[in-house]
Amino acid sequence: MITIIDYGIGNLGSVANALDKLGARYQISSQPKDLRAATSLILPGVGAASEGMRNLKERNIDKVLIEEIDRGKPFLGICLGMQLLFDNSEEGNIKCLSILEGKVKKFQKEKKIPQIGWNSVEIQNSKVKNLFLGIPDNSYLYFVNSYYCIPADKSIIIGETEYGETFPSVIVKENIMATQFHPEKSGKAGFQLLKNFINYVN
Amino acid sequence: MLTKRIIPCLDMTEGKVVKGIQFVSFTDAGDPVMLAEKYDKDGADELVFLDITATVENRDILLDVVQNTAKKVTIPFSVGGGIRSVEDMRLILKNGADKVSVNTGAFKNPRLINDCANAFGNQCVVLSMDVKKIGKNYWSVFINGGRTNTGISAVKWAKKAVSLGAGEILLTSIDSDGTKKGFDIELTRNVSQAVSVPVIASGGAGKMEDFANILKDGQADAALAASVFHFGKYTIKEVKKYLKSKNILVRN
Repeated sequence: MITIIDYGIGNLGSVANALDKLGARYQISSQPKDLRAATSLILPGVGAASEGMRNLKERNIDKVLIEEIDRGKPFLGICLGMQLLFDNSEEGNIKCLSILEGKVKKFQKEKKIPQIGWNSVEIQNSKVKNLFLGIPDNSYLYFVNSYYCIPADKSIIIGETEYGETFPSVIVKENIMATQFHPEKSGKAGFQLLKNFINYVN
Repeated sequence: MLTKRIIPCLDMTEGKVVKGIQFVSFTDAGDPVMLAEKYDKDGADELVFLDITATVENRDILLDVVQNTAKKVTIPFSVGGGIRSVEDMRLILKNGADKVSVNTGAFKNPRLINDCANAFGNQCVVLSMDVKKIGKNYWSVFINGGRTNTGISAVKWAKKAVSLGAGEILLTSIDSDGTKKGFDIELTRNVSQAVSVPVIASGGAGKMEDFANILKDGQADAALAASVFHFGKYTIKEVKKYLKSKNILVRN
């Protein structure tokens, strides 16, 4: 069963609604035991990084999350759920989970921030065949973000997107998958990605 | 590259979609959830729901619509109308909306923007403003569903709202609303240039050219329309095809 991690932030309901439409089994929980028992984890999230980290810590799920990902449990991070994987974020200058090396930085070049809307994802790396199965290159997906991730290891960057500057919009490293866009709000292409994740973890 | 967005707007009262002209004389346009699904399939980039009566009795009906819409559609949607508190906003988000728009409530109590942005993030807070031209080069913000002139300039209020934490602006021209005579390009350009967040232009969509004009000359990030879509003048697909032919980037 998939556990959608409830850390009191963002709209978990939209991920749950999307999984319902796809007929996937899941639970929404903030209990460490449910993270441990899950076959896979989804960390959704919109909102501020500092609040996200604080909430994970308050619920004692930050360490469990790190352990479970280390053990190889399939994981999907969405938006803030992607950013929190890295060492630190410029948003509130906070330390994040350090599951992946790198940092989170604010957009510099575009005047309008946050980026809100549909942007295209250029697939950079074909090892992503599972996650992007059936999704054409340069498909449009829905983004809402002011910050983006800069992984130290560039080989984990699977998809890139342009917003004044080019930034990683999809990363994959072994069992860790993460997207800066919101697949649960991205029409057909986004639902296909979620379906691919579900097929991969089943 | 980020695309321009086309957003159908569903004005609702008592759970039904209605459309007025210059904020009065409403006609029935159908069931909101069904319309929302139809627009999603037709390529809408986002949806906007506005509860135009926003009475206490209507609140439960609205939440019902929000919940059912969230279960059906695959794109983001915002909900507004009568938002007065962080709790109002929380309830709407909890029922599945992605963003909430604030209007009169925020004008009377600007801290509301701040509080909502702190609680849910800037990206959740859309400042909706209804504006009317009242003099040469003077656009004034109106509240209470367009009934009360505040005398405050649109640009001034937009800038203040953004500084307080609004993540997007939904800018409606009362003069153009429902007239199908084109968006207010000058107003939209002025506001869009003044703020650092995306601006959704609303009011006046009639011809296909109107969309191209507001997205290019008006510098809008998104264009919102109601009647032309509700009453089937043309589809969202057709508008997008036209915009592509004018070299405006839109999602397929």
